[in-house]
Amino acid sequence: MTERPLSPHLSVYRFLHTMALSILHRITGVWMALGLITLVYWLASAAAGEDAYARASARLGGGFARVLLLLWLAAFCYHFVNGVRHLCWDAGFGLEKHQARRTAKVVIALAVLAFLVLAYRLCCPFRASP
Amino acid sequence: MSLRSPLGKVLGRGSAGEGVGHWWAQRASALLLVPLSVWFLVALLELPLTDYAAVSIWMARGWNPVWLALLLLSLCWHSRLGVQVVIEDYVHGPSLKFASLLVNSAAHLLVLAVGLYALLRLAMRGAT
Repeated sequence: MTERPLSPHLSVYRFLHTMALSILHRITGVWMALGLITLVYWLASAAAGEDAYARASARLGGGFARVLLLLWLAAFCYHFVNGVRHLCWDAGFGLEKHQARRTAKVVIALAVLAFLVLAYRLCCPFRASP
Repeated sequence: MSLRSPLGKVLGRGSAGEGVGHWWAQRASALLLVPLSVWFLVALLELPLTDYAAVSIWMARGWNPVWLALLLLSLCWHSRLGVQVVIEDYVHGPSLKFASLLVNSAAHLLVLAVGLYALLRLAMRGAT
């Protein structure tokens, strides 16, 4: 195979917070891909009937499952906000270095804020109905 | 076996026009997911999630099955394309890469099929 030019190895660059955001976008994306299984499990249990839904509901309301659900919510908040940043880049906006560094901070702030508000509202995702 | 060079075979055929297809599909599904995922989250916030009757009625009511199906479709589409890029970047060795890509596509297709089947059952039950 011919030697093709490669982009410089990661270790060549001085670490910048924008790099952390970049890899976090992938990590949260892959994490949410696994979450699809839970989403479909929830839908399928509802389709299977009342008993199946009650079992699924109890499982998803367990302590460990709640931690996973909150992690999926956090991943969603980040991936959503940073995804909008990516779409802006694709449309040609905010590509300058200083802009990318500033929007990185905006993304983190918005994602944390969205997560806190949603986690508070959903805090007990399978709370007893009022 | 052909004696024509690989270059000779493709010259004059023009580009397949699919070079940016993956890129566009990822952006199109992302755009679809913006309103759909917000709609779904807001609905989740308002639903009493432990109440089977309330949840199953909501899933089958009005246009909800359509939005849920669209949500599932764009989620699986977007997710498959994203995981595909991650595999292409980090999994090395042609056969392992090929196998991983195959498993990725198959798994997303399976998740989508199960989800759509569940929605169909819920919606049909609502119709009777």
